[in-house]
Amino acid sequence: MADAQTLPDFNRKRPFNARLLASRVLVYATLIVVGLFAIMPLAVIFLNSLRYNEDILRESFIGWPTRTTLENWDVAWSSACINASCTGVEPYFWASMLMVVPATMISTAIGLLNGFALTKWKMPFASVVFVAITIGVFLPPQVVLLPWAIALSWLGLSKSLAGLALVHIIQGTCFTTLFCRNYLINLPDDLIKAARIDGAGFFRTFWKIVVPLSPPIIIVTVIWQFTFIWNEFLFAVTFSSSDFRPITAALMSLNADDTGVSEYGFGSAAVLIAAIPPLLIYFFGGRYFVRGLTQGAVK
Amino acid sequence: MKALPASYQPLGHVMQSVALTPEFRTRPVSRAARLAQLVPTLVLLPTLVTTGIYIFVFVCWNIYLSLSSSTLLPVYDFAGFDAYTRLWRNPRWTTGVQNLAVFGTLYIVFSVLVGVTLAILMDQRVKGENFLRSIFLYPIAISFVVTGTTWQWILNPSTGLEKFFHDLGWTGFEFSLITNRETALYAVVLAAVWHASGFVMVMVLAALRGVDQDVVKAGRIDGASMIKIYRRIILPSIWPVMISVLIILLQFAIKTFDLVLALTHGGPGISTTFPAIFVYDRLFAAGELAQGAAAAVWLLIGLIVVLLPVIALGWVYRKHKTGGGHG
Repeated sequence: MADAQTLPDFNRKRPFNARLLASRVLVYATLIVVGLFAIMPLAVIFLNSLRYNEDILRESFIGWPTRTTLENWDVAWSSACINASCTGVEPYFWASMLMVVPATMISTAIGLLNGFALTKWKMPFASVVFVAITIGVFLPPQVVLLPWAIALSWLGLSKSLAGLALVHIIQGTCFTTLFCRNYLINLPDDLIKAARIDGAGFFRTFWKIVVPLSPPIIIVTVIWQFTFIWNEFLFAVTFSSSDFRPITAALMSLNADDTGVSEYGFGSAAVLIAAIPPLLIYFFGGRYFVRGLTQGAVK
Repeated sequence: MKALPASYQPLGHVMQSVALTPEFRTRPVSRAARLAQLVPTLVLLPTLVTTGIYIFVFVCWNIYLSLSSSTLLPVYDFAGFDAYTRLWRNPRWTTGVQNLAVFGTLYIVFSVLVGVTLAILMDQRVKGENFLRSIFLYPIAISFVVTGTTWQWILNPSTGLEKFFHDLGWTGFEFSLITNRETALYAVVLAAVWHASGFVMVMVLAALRGVDQDVVKAGRIDGASMIKIYRRIILPSIWPVMISVLIILLQFAIKTFDLVLALTHGGPGISTTFPAIFVYDRLFAAGELAQGAAAAVWLLIGLIVVLLPVIALGWVYRKHKTGGGHG
């Protein structure tokens, strides 16, 4: 608090300073210009989702709606044609949801258990695990793509929801374990020790002590896993078929489908529908989102 | 001011408590208790196995296939480095590698430049900081597919910016960044920098807030200008965060795939093709499994080669710092 009160005095000594004013104007002007640049694409596709396609084609992709319609959203959701099947993005949206939610929850749960085991118990190979999961986080997915494809077909899971979820759980566990480990290592050992003296075992201690103390890291991990898996494309396109296709893969087909007239109106709505779940998470969990960024990456 | 330094406090406390608490394991333990001690190991075991398979077995498997003569289907024989040599004669691959080098450099330089500049500006006690931060950061929450699709529409001359200015009456305006063979790669850089600079800003801003304010104050009392304070005191002390940022951006760059597919499809021609696109194309479209696997191995080697010096730098910094008594 003392800092906040004493620092402005440096500025206040000078009653009016043209240079200071100019620099303030410059600071705000730059921030506003860059801010407008950052918000522009989202604003443009949002406005386009409300415009008639003929208006977009006649005027330009960037423009204010002269007349508005909600039809694009309806078409994009339930009747737009993607890969010759006119179902809209609805089935793909739910396919993504059905795959992402379990994958997020399972990998987070395993990550928290692993973090607890790694930090609060004497483990014979804790350092090996730590190195392994760190490599797992950094490994480029391309290098395991072919083995995954072969292994999934051996397991009878190729191009299925369960197969893709499995890939994300195994890969995501590296990330969640690392995250939870870095959080739980700062948790005081006393509490765990006290529980152990009282005769509580691993799982009891986990439920009664670790879980109640971990909401911050659980929220951060869930937000990041959800955003990452929802947005992921390489595995999504490789391990999907016409029966099961996540929304990122479907969107790419919509984008690449340049037969006939370009349908920017419902295209924009479809793009927004794909972006809405992570954006909602971002705007409501923004604080945790930022915390995940700064905490997870600094370690 | 921020809660950041407080999180370091419990560590010292933990260290102390470890030293002071008596050993529990000296108590005579029953069979059940000994079994209970195995539980954490058993909990970790599945992850150890799956991660082991995922990292070790799968990577070796991929390397093995890259040395085989597999084409449409995996064949387990040994064909030497045939796939590797053919790879470097393929213009799709070599162009991709060149593109990655140019793109990676520009992407990292501009993301860091924009991000650091924004962070410094945001650090000037601006009003509406949270609001501005949400606006700068939201692109990182959006997928590369969405980013690429949106920017493709905006940059496309026949629908986007060029048409917009023509309709405004500026008919001479020409903006063919994305359709020009020579410049399409810069369109990818533009979209990627848009995606990442908010992330860099947030990381750097968090680091700036962690800088020792007393040193900054001392600098001000000595009459140092703001620019000098940033150059001499603040920027040098945020290196650890810059290293993390570098590692993450390097990773993003090497994995660049969906952004380019959505933005340019690797075109015009093959002017914006990337190594990751080549891998996918060989494996699942061209039926050249061995070559695709070989390209993937090169991606891994590339990642190791660029990451190791950065990680080493981080280690050196950390050693240097703890050695200096800061802890």
